[in-house]
Amino acid sequence: MAAIATLKDLYETLSPGLPGAGAAGLDRLRADGYARFLADGIPTTKVEGWKYTNLRDLAGVSLAPAQSAANTDFDIPSVAPGKTHRLVFVDGVFNAALSAVGTLPPGVTLDSLRGLIESSPATAAEVLERFPAPKADTGLRVGPNPGRGQSGGLVGLNGAFLAEGAVLTVGEGVTLAQPVEIVFVATAADGAWHPRLLIDVAAGAEVTVAEHHVARGGGATFANIVGGVRVGEGAILRHAKFQEEDDAALHLASVTATVAASATYETFVLTTGGRLARTDVQVRLEGSGASTRVSGAYGVDGSRHADFTSLIDHVAANCTSREVVKGVIDGKGRAVFQGKIIVRPDAQKTDGHQLNRALLLSDTAEIDAKPELEIYADDVKCSHGATAGELDEEALFYLRARGIPADTARALLIAAFLDEVAEEIGDAHLRAYATARIQDRIGRLTGITVDTDVPVLGE
Amino acid sequence: MLEIRNLHATVDGKEILKGINLTINPGEVHAIMGPNGSGKSTLSYVLSGRDGYEVTEGSVTFQGKDLLAMETEERAAEGVFLAFQYPVEIPGVSNTTFLKTALNAVRKHKGLPELDAMQFLKLIRAKAKALNMNDDMIKRAVNVGFSGGEKKRNDILQMAMLEPSFAILDETDSGLDIDALKLVADGVNSLRSPERSMLVITHYQRLLSYIVPDHVHVLAYGKIVRSGGKELALELEAKGYAEFGSPEAA
Repeated sequence: MAAIATLKDLYETLSPGLPGAGAAGLDRLRADGYARFLADGIPTTKVEGWKYTNLRDLAGVSLAPAQSAANTDFDIPSVAPGKTHRLVFVDGVFNAALSAVGTLPPGVTLDSLRGLIESSPATAAEVLERFPAPKADTGLRVGPNPGRGQSGGLVGLNGAFLAEGAVLTVGEGVTLAQPVEIVFVATAADGAWHPRLLIDVAAGAEVTVAEHHVARGGGATFANIVGGVRVGEGAILRHAKFQEEDDAALHLASVTATVAASATYETFVLTTGGRLARTDVQVRLEGSGASTRVSGAYGVDGSRHADFTSLIDHVAANCTSREVVKGVIDGKGRAVFQGKIIVRPDAQKTDGHQLNRALLLSDTAEIDAKPELEIYADDVKCSHGATAGELDEEALFYLRARGIPADTARALLIAAFLDEVAEEIGDAHLRAYATARIQDRIGRLTGITVDTDVPVLGE
Repeated sequence: MLEIRNLHATVDGKEILKGINLTINPGEVHAIMGPNGSGKSTLSYVLSGRDGYEVTEGSVTFQGKDLLAMETEERAAEGVFLAFQYPVEIPGVSNTTFLKTALNAVRKHKGLPELDAMQFLKLIRAKAKALNMNDDMIKRAVNVGFSGGEKKRNDILQMAMLEPSFAILDETDSGLDIDALKLVADGVNSLRSPERSMLVITHYQRLLSYIVPDHVHVLAYGKIVRSGGKELALELEAKGYAEFGSPEAA
């Protein structure tokens, strides 16, 4: 990571040119972010939540804005081509020409953050402050707490350069028929972007959001993403993220969601790209009857590193959470799963379930799994499980004994292992897309395309 | 069809097969009977190429080719089929995906065009119907939630789809009640043909009342100690395996 002195120069050089510079609200947000970054710095492995993911080796990552390739003639991923409301960012910068917001129903807004700031810095600042920030110390454990899980410095860094991002608001009772897509395309050889993604779903509303991070020629880029999500009473938000950047990319993201009474937040994260990719999901179930499903699938090979860290905070009673994270690790790949469930004293009748499974394809593959339950209520149902294993030799032999070549047999078993996570996704479009992307990644991992082109049986 | 010459094999360094000689001609059904621990299952795994079974001596020629030089999947594609004593459950892989992948791999090996989804579906439905298997069974994950009898029928369905020229049935009767046994035997019998040979491995005579062999061999402590016609099975049923001695004698 570039030295802080360099960052100071960068901050001082870039700040005056950022949209809304000079407007009180935005200046303060950026200054706060910068101060927080200076105070917290880049997390080190001494911080509990970063024990297994070391950012020290990332010295040399350029924090300067990326220089985009001129060519924008690339394919843009979509869960439902032509049938979504889409914002596209190229190397972190909003690209109006590639975006296609289409017609939104009354009560729905979908804007680029830059656009919002340019039209009204005051409104933009107000919107930005409406969203929950990741909490530095989320545990209740008595005694010295080394400050688990915080991404304070990274969130601060994001705030210091606040300019780009997406803001979706869905008004009360509105059901958005088409998914919203937020697409980040990396074309630059290096450089950084710090987008802020904000989703505000009002009471009784329903929406599906797909977030893509892909490379189209991009290289050792650095995406430092901060997300804020609010799900209002009785509302439903289905959120899927497909992280498929270049193998040289660095991807660090944190999402903080609050879920009101009887509301549902479903989130799925696919992590198949980047030399180091971490998604930190924090969900607070704040109202009675709120529920969340957190699921993730990852594939790492070479010497790549994937980290899925989550905190599900049961604040209110009668809430349910279900978390399933599975991944495949090959070569010298390394994966980290940290999943914490907190059940606060008032969160009686909590139903929390967590499962983490890793499939190790080589002797040098590594998984660090840390499930944690912190329960302060007495009438709760909570479970967690973590396993790590290899491909089933019996199953491999069975498939091969039917004429299926060994590498295809392996690919079939890997696909079967990961498909179970895709089954966690409620939305059919998202699920089908996730399955296809998983197949594609396995195809690149094993060199085998698994043929699942069998029509549905039945009349 | 199949020519086994002086076959010796070890598992974990221990010699289990100690010189097997067996010739199976096209269309013939041979039964191998023997006490537990005689090497029956080892023979089936050696013939299908399972890892961990090391051939130390001898040869196996299948349709003029060196079977032992082939990988497991190559043997299957060449027409060797093993019906498992305990068919394996594979969560997450549907029967249809599994069988379509297998069938097209075998067809590709034989230089035949691969079947598309519709052609495949038509074929599997016809074959499944003959085995009294419904759509639900063929679309479920491989053997997951299947009863013992359903698993065996599923194996026979695979055999019907892949149309091997040589099938090994390893203790196919184990764990089956009489109705399930009849159903599986009917399935096997419908696959008997002048071009297809079978090796039926069993501990009990019972199965051979339904799948009637042309030849019966007794395998004891790693060697074939006696061969005869189908009446040998009845004799064994009456007398047991005692006369074939103990491991020390072999």
